[in-house]
Formats: sequence, C-alpha cells, structure tokens
Amino acid sequence: MQPTFYSSRILLPVRPWFIAFSLFVALLLNFLPTSAWPWMPDWVALVLLFWCIREPRRVGMGAGFLLGLIMDVADAGVLGQHALAYVLAAYAGSAIARRVLWFPLAKQALHILPLLLVVQGVQYLARAMPGIVLPGLDYFVGPFVGAALWAPLTFVLLLPQFQPVDRDDNRPI
Amino acid sequence: MDHQPPPFFKRGPAPLAQLSFYTMLSLALLFVDSRFQTLELLRQGISFFTHPLQQAAHAPVEFLQNSAGYFSSLSRLEDENARLKRAQLVNAETILRTRQLEAENERLRKLLDVRERQKVSGQVAQVIYAARDPFSRRVIVDKGLQDKLSAGQPVVDDAGVVGQVTRVFPFVAEITLITDKDQAIPVQILRTGQRSVVFGLGDGQLDLRFLPASADVQNGDTLVTSGLDGVFPRGLPVAKVVHIERDTSYSFARIHCAPLAWVEHFGEVMILDPREVMPVPEELKAPEAAKALKRPTTKRRLKRD
Repeated sequence: MQPTFYSSRILLPVRPWFIAFSLFVALLLNFLPTSAWPWMPDWVALVLLFWCIREPRRVGMGAGFLLGLIMDVADAGVLGQHALAYVLAAYAGSAIARRVLWFPLAKQALHILPLLLVVQGVQYLARAMPGIVLPGLDYFVGPFVGAALWAPLTFVLLLPQFQPVDRDDNRPI
Repeated sequence: MDHQPPPFFKRGPAPLAQLSFYTMLSLALLFVDSRFQTLELLRQGISFFTHPLQQAAHAPVEFLQNSAGYFSSLSRLEDENARLKRAQLVNAETILRTRQLEAENERLRKLLDVRERQKVSGQVAQVIYAARDPFSRRVIVDKGLQDKLSAGQPVVDDAGVVGQVTRVFPFVAEITLITDKDQAIPVQILRTGQRSVVFGLGDGQLDLRFLPASADVQNGDTLVTSGLDGVFPRGLPVAKVVHIERDTSYSFARIHCAPLAWVEHFGEVMILDPREVMPVPEELKAPEAAKALKRPTTKRRLKRD
C-alpha cells in the first residue's frame, strides 16, 4: 500500500499489534483530564477513522462498538452513546475508504471533518432531551481540531510502515 | 440480478448487515440504560478495565501538578495555615455552642416526645477529576464500594450541599453535582420556612421552581434542605437567591440561585452516611393490619399519637 494511492512509495504491511497499540494510546489520550477544554479532539474517533480508512478489513464497526462502550463507561455518559457514534463513523469511514486515499492529505482532512462532526452530532442527538442545555459551541470545535490534525496523525501512524527510499547495503535491516 | 461473484477474500457479514446489527445494539443499550438502571453490572465490568487506564492517564498530570505545588513558595502555605487557624478559632465558639444547643435540643425534644433528629456522620473523599461527559455535571471521587458507599448518599463540603452519589464502582464513585440538569433537591427558604424544590440548570446555576409569583422571596435568601426527600438531612445550606423575575403572565416566579458550596471547584468533599429509613408503622405494614385499623381500640391509639 502507498501513503496515498497516487504516491509511488510502497509501504511495509501494517503490524496488527501497532493498530491495537495506537487505539490504546488514543484511549489514554481521551482519558486525560481535559474536560475543561471542550475543543480537545476525540482521539479515539480520529484514530479509529484512520484505521477504518487504511485497513478496512482489520478495523471496522466491531472495534468501533467496543471502543464506544469503553468510552461510555469512562465518560460517565449513557451506555451506547459513543458506541452508536463510533459505529456510524466506522461504517462511513470504510465506505469512503477507497475514494479518500486518492486525495492529498489536506483534502482527505476535508473528508474526515464531516465524519467527526457526525460523531459529535450523533452523541448530541442521543442525549438531546427536551430542554437540555447545549454544551456550548466549543463542543463542535473538537472535530475541526481533529480534522486539522489529520495530516500529522497520518505521518505518525504510518511511520512504522515507511521504509528507506534508497536502500543502503550496509544497513542491517 | 442477485448473482454475485464468489468472494475471493473472507470479509465477514456484509457492511450493511453489520451496521444494522451494531446500530440496533447501541440503540437498545441507549434505551435500556437511560430508562431502566439495569446495566450497572455491565458498566462495573467494563470499569474494571477502564479505571486502571484512567488512573494511569491521570498519573503524569497529577505528578506535574504536585511538582508545581512543591515549588510554590512556602509563604503561601504559611499564610493559608495562619488563615485556617484564625478561622478555626472563630468557628470554635460556634461549634462549642452548637454542641450545647444540640444537647439542649435533644432534651427538649425528648420532653416533647418528638422523634429525635438523626445524627449524621460521613467520610471524607477526594475529588479526582470531572467526568468528561459535556452533557452533565459529574465528578469522580476516590472512594467506592470498598468504602461501603452506596448510590443516593448526600455529598457536602464546608459551605453546603455539593451533590449526591449516583453510581458506585469498586474503587471510585460518581457524584452528580447539584448544578446538573437532572438533579433536584427539596429545599426550604431559611427566612420564611417555605418549601420548594431547587433544580440544576446545567450551567452552574440553580433554579427554584414552583413558587407563586407573589411568594415572599428576596435576593440573598438562603435555601436549606428540607429533608422531605428522606435522603438529605434537614438544614444543610444549598444555595442563595441571586435573581428574581416576577412576570405576571406566568403563575410561577423565575428564581435563580447560586450554589453556596464550592460545587465546580475540586477538593475534598464529605460523603454523608445514608439516612436511616423511618420504620413503617406496624398498622400500615400489611393489608390485614389495615383492616385491624378499623377496630376501635387501634383507632383510639392512633388518636393519642
């Protein structure tokens, strides 16, 4: 696989443990006490979407559902709220997987933005009861921050798959 | 039309089938969890996995905070110490008098043959962090099932009511603050004794409802718990009235209150022991007993009470 489909650079195959590790780190990032900063992106949604797009056969709705349940318990919200949002996002992510990777990173981020907004919007609808207070507009700033982080995230998560451009014969690996 | 090529790669169920399965499952969870509180076991099971992770995530943050505190000047601590000592001296007189008053009150109540007020005790817990859920106002404290906490216990701090324990996990417990949208506390106005219910608004403010537009309420009135709910002990300060809107087109006045306790600041809180349930009178326990009520002897006894 390539970083983007028009790139001529061939990547090493992904290691399954790295997918699990990155999702685990995303969970830890979400568990940081950042409730005072509502503009923090939802790291789990971001990394989940990344793998749903890069590896739709390995990561999909099942992983989204499990991660959603974990987030629901950690968040002290209603069970099923994150699960529903992540499942829908994972479906949309794997549906657009073959199309998105034809675009450069900036345009990929524009594809990711609506999916991240869906994640927040679905949670909002799931909790929307008569008279509930809108948690503030910064609740919907998170997805924009997340979309802006798409390019650096792609670079970091693809790092283990890059191989040197020109092979060095003296290099052991 | 339905002739599909044989699958080269095993891909599991079709995406749409998976989507509908997981969506249905999530919706069912959402419905069951918000309507009936029957999924606590599943929640506790998952919390066995998430709580260690959350602790691990908080460790570096705590370390940074502690080290910042370590390097803060000693003089601040000295100031605080002196202030606290002064406050203790000021309060000591009140506490001593309260003890004497309590004893006197108990004696008088015994004379009047009124049921004794329940004494309250509790345990101190530390607020670890605020729940990440932006739709509610909840905090997590460092005591849980192992400290014999149970859902429903009142939580106070040095200035007034903070909230109520709503969920208990093995090592931590979740407290819904009084400013939460779903939280309501029966209160009475200290000055007039009028009873009502105060609701959280979700934005750090409280709303005193169901008081007629002509009710005797003033800015600065203190609201204390009325104890009618059987959960909160009587007389704990809850809030102060800050703004009253009397619109004659509505039958109720809009009364905004500010909590007295440091609700949204995190420190130590006191979790009060649950109030003992008032025993049901023998006459009301069983339907046969209800029939017995009609007998004249029982009637006389009731009248005397």
